[in-house]
Amino acid sequence: MSNIAGASGATPGSAPGPSGERRGSEALHFARRNPKLLIGLTLVLGFLLLGIIGPLFVDHGPNQYVGPQSRPPSGEYWLGTTTFGQDVWAQFVYGIRSTFLIGILGGGVAFLIGTAIGFLAGYRGGIVDEVLNMLTNVVLVLPALVVLIIAVAYLDARGLVVQAVFIGLTTWPWAARAVRAQALSLATREYVDLARLSGRRTWRIITTEIAPNMSSYLVMSFILLFGGAVLTAAGLDFIGLGPTDGVSLGLMLENAVAWSALQLGLWWWFVPPGLAITVIVGSMYILNVGLDEVFNPKLREL
Amino acid sequence: MLELSHVHKVYRVGAFGGGRKRAVRDVDLTVRPGEVVSLIGESGSGKSTLGKMVLGLTRPTSGRITFEGTDISTIKSFRAKKEYHRRVQGVFQDPFSCFNPIFKADRVLTMIRSSYFPDVSDADWRDRVVSSLRTVRLDPDNVLGKYPHQLSGGQLQRLLIARALLLDIRMLVADEVISMLDASTRIDVLNLLADLKERGLGILFVTHDLSLGTYVSDTTVILRKGAVAEMGPTREVFDDPRHPYSRHLLSCVPQLHRSWAEVDAQLAAEEPEPVRLPTLVEGDDSAPMVEVGEGHFVGADQG
Repeated sequence: MSNIAGASGATPGSAPGPSGERRGSEALHFARRNPKLLIGLTLVLGFLLLGIIGPLFVDHGPNQYVGPQSRPPSGEYWLGTTTFGQDVWAQFVYGIRSTFLIGILGGGVAFLIGTAIGFLAGYRGGIVDEVLNMLTNVVLVLPALVVLIIAVAYLDARGLVVQAVFIGLTTWPWAARAVRAQALSLATREYVDLARLSGRRTWRIITTEIAPNMSSYLVMSFILLFGGAVLTAAGLDFIGLGPTDGVSLGLMLENAVAWSALQLGLWWWFVPPGLAITVIVGSMYILNVGLDEVFNPKLREL
Repeated sequence: MLELSHVHKVYRVGAFGGGRKRAVRDVDLTVRPGEVVSLIGESGSGKSTLGKMVLGLTRPTSGRITFEGTDISTIKSFRAKKEYHRRVQGVFQDPFSCFNPIFKADRVLTMIRSSYFPDVSDADWRDRVVSSLRTVRLDPDNVLGKYPHQLSGGQLQRLLIARALLLDIRMLVADEVISMLDASTRIDVLNLLADLKERGLGILFVTHDLSLGTYVSDTTVILRKGAVAEMGPTREVFDDPRHPYSRHLLSCVPQLHRSWAEVDAQLAAEEPEPVRLPTLVEGDDSAPMVEVGEGHFVGADQG
């Protein structure tokens, strides 16, 4: 109990003013002391930074045939080369960049649609809920991969962004359902009624009363959508419907498998991308657990 | 000031909304300025639903609720609703679920400020908060800046009353406001309600506790299965209950100086002059009432 009072940076009793403003600094106080959050954040940011900065230091394209074939990691080629003499390090850093792009964009689009529909359906209830729920169910039973294949095959210009947006447009339903279920239960709490009595608008009630109570749930949804988008993109890449000129971690994995890297012992071709996907998604999960502890005062007092 | 006429509330229940659950049936009642009306009933009798309809949180299925002459179902715009809530406020049953657990408890006060008094200076607001906390006998140092789970039910409940007092309310819906309080603070809050009544507020006092009902209220409404069983001036209803349900209910109040057997014997001995209770007609939703005395009504016997 005493650590809460101390955390606000003021002596108890002298802070009866607006408490909402103090929340930010208080959350930061606990965030700095949470090892899970710090580890997760460091890893994710590290990879993000690598994806952003890494390609700037590579002076050739990721798919160019630049070196000797099938070389293990060395001083010149940090992660070795492929059977065709492509620089794995160059593919790796470009791949991380496009993986983050696909994840953030695809996951983001799905997250925005899913939470908007979920919150509206859960909070409003009644006929709005029925209609939105029907829409969600229709999209949910669509065979998403088939739709993606058809849609992507018809498009002439296939870039990362188009692929990500299409993934986002087909993967939102389960997020919408999950958010709706939570919002449905939170919307009947009396503090929501109290906020309505305090002259708050619907969207403010959703964003300031309901959403904060499920913030870690929302972050978790985003993380899962992010991971799902990355994996779906890898699947599309594999059947030749990926971005024609780009490279991604998924594409690297599929290439490695396609050209028998496993059997030939070219571990440097498939271990880095596989490890990167695992570490990125895994550290986001740890990050999420940490965030939960920071934002939920009940958890952090234990 | 507040008038309910033929108010019904029917909930749709079941998997496809096929079932119907009648929560409130044909309720007529009036709350005048400076009057405390207590709504008494067992759990599920529809008393909290009535309170929520008055606060505009749910709509009546049919019937009219008017506040100072305006039908509140016509209050649609956000601005008008906000103005309505400047004058009509509520305090809810369960203090623990009235506070968002991840925010500090005094956020309910801050919310009032940001919605209704954005122009008030910090110092002025602080004074108002402190004075309204003192009115409900809370020590500002003890409750401000704390999380809901660090405060007791009684403190939270009084904090909610303090919140309503920050606004210039004319009508208060007090839904089981004292259920969480211990005996000594309970009297404080009841006295506070009496003060508010002196100031001309209309109070709809929802309770299941009969003795508390008599203490403050001018009019008593006893609800049974959503319909009014008996309604009238508190003294008359308590001294001369005419509906079998209210007689039974009043006999259930434990008394310090008598045993149950004595109470039952007296109840049997003092059979009042029989009242022909109105009957409910199958297929008709209305709940007729019979006037048995000045402003004293008795509703149908629902078994």
